[in-house]
Amino acid sequence: MEGVLHQVLSGIASGGIYASVALALVMIYQATHHVNFAQGEMATFSTYIALTLINAGVAYWIAFVITVAVSFLIGLLIERIVMRPMMDAPVLASVGVFVGLLLIINSSTGWMFDYMIKTFPTPFSGAPVLFQGYVSGHELGATFVTLVVLVAVYLFFRHTKLGLAMRAAAFNPVSARLVGIHVGWMLALGWGLAAAIGAIAGMMVAPIVYLDPNMMAGILLYAFAGALLGGIDNPLGAVLGGFAVGIIENLAGAYLVGTSLKLTVALIIIVAVLVVKPSGVLGRTVLSRV
Amino acid sequence: MPALLEVRSLHAGYGETHVLHGIDFAVEQGGVTALLGANGAGKTTTLRAICGMVRSSGEIHLGDDRIDGRPTEDIVQRGVAHVPDGRGTFVELTVEENLRLGAYIRRDRQGVARDFERVFGYFPRLRERFRQQAGTLSGGEQQMLAIARALLLGPRLLLLDEPSFGLAPLIVQEIFAIMHRIRADEGVSILLVEQNASLALEIAEQAYLLETGRIVVSGPAAEIRRDESIRRSYLGY
Repeated sequence: MEGVLHQVLSGIASGGIYASVALALVMIYQATHHVNFAQGEMATFSTYIALTLINAGVAYWIAFVITVAVSFLIGLLIERIVMRPMMDAPVLASVGVFVGLLLIINSSTGWMFDYMIKTFPTPFSGAPVLFQGYVSGHELGATFVTLVVLVAVYLFFRHTKLGLAMRAAAFNPVSARLVGIHVGWMLALGWGLAAAIGAIAGMMVAPIVYLDPNMMAGILLYAFAGALLGGIDNPLGAVLGGFAVGIIENLAGAYLVGTSLKLTVALIIIVAVLVVKPSGVLGRTVLSRV
Repeated sequence: MPALLEVRSLHAGYGETHVLHGIDFAVEQGGVTALLGANGAGKTTTLRAICGMVRSSGEIHLGDDRIDGRPTEDIVQRGVAHVPDGRGTFVELTVEENLRLGAYIRRDRQGVARDFERVFGYFPRLRERFRQQAGTLSGGEQQMLAIARALLLGPRLLLLDEPSFGLAPLIVQEIFAIMHRIRADEGVSILLVEQNASLALEIAEQAYLLETGRIVVSGPAAEIRRDESIRRSYLGY
């Protein structure tokens, strides 16, 4: 029984990581109806920016804020420069661009910051705190930060005019223009916000898994599984999905398939969800009267 | 009556296809102007050209401004509300969200609240279905929602693209009856594109007939309605 509790708590801790990256995926999906596969690499790059600032002597939370702001701008610029010309292109072309971005950003990160594994500081105390020492202070703090971002994203999309405009622009750009929404700005804003969320996720993840250019590779897949499980159009669903994936992965790894097949579990989750309920557990199934 | 909208020598098309071949027409302040014609005549293209949604050349005057060549968002800011063919409903969003989007560019919250009440007065069914997903509404209700959304802009000019399309005759009667009320109460100028000529001529003061991108008949709607030869050869009744 203790073993199961341990795995579950561990799962919640790692699930928090997946949840925060899943939020970035949801943000960009809500704004653009594309899944940005380069999201993880952008988050890694942002984390390196933070590390550079911290090593230069900048205080942690100031470096945090600067990194988030710079990431927002980078996301905005990528949309304007790379994605804008793709506006009328078929979806598959966009997917090609995302994969290309993934590779370019990954290599650039390695080239600019080298491939040695680095430690990343945490603003929370690292010592094991809660639940008989199974959850560290950082894991608790990171989960808290994730929940704060979740609430902010949820409130933004459901209860602000701008959030509604972003969703409208993604669902029906033509009609959105006809009510006066600048669709181009909405897309750019979506990318900027997603990059900012990704930066936060990266800075929360790095103290646990250590920083190297490939830090996000496995995490992105789990985050993707979590977002799909919970519903990629639903921030709360994505976060719950992220936690669920973390728990499932740990329990499966400990009792079912062993650690070497843990990643496979993530893939199986993705396929199973898409087969049974494509919109995800909490996703909204859109009905359309013909 | 001065014209709110004046269009001169409007050419428009899609890619290589040239659809409008230099048309002239006007919409009078506070009046209803009908733009009639068969499928493919270029009626929808005309409305899209006014809104900057399609490549065009020529002069389009709205009041004292020239709006040809301006982006759609800009033209909407100047008070042009377009109810597109097919309704253009945000089907994944709720009725409430669709209506709020109609008032997106407005800053006067009290005015918007008043207009919400007025719109519910015209279309009480929308109040009943306020929190429903818009895609689950019937065709007639979605048409009402589209018109309501346009009215919430507080527009000077309302462009209606085939409001009767795909709707049962009884629903069409209901919607046109409401449109008579809107036209009487709101003071908004209306450019009505319709294939259903008899309905359109009942509500309009002026009418233009479009055939393969050119205006072939124009004049007071009452005259066109009375003229049997025009009705038979162009309007099919």
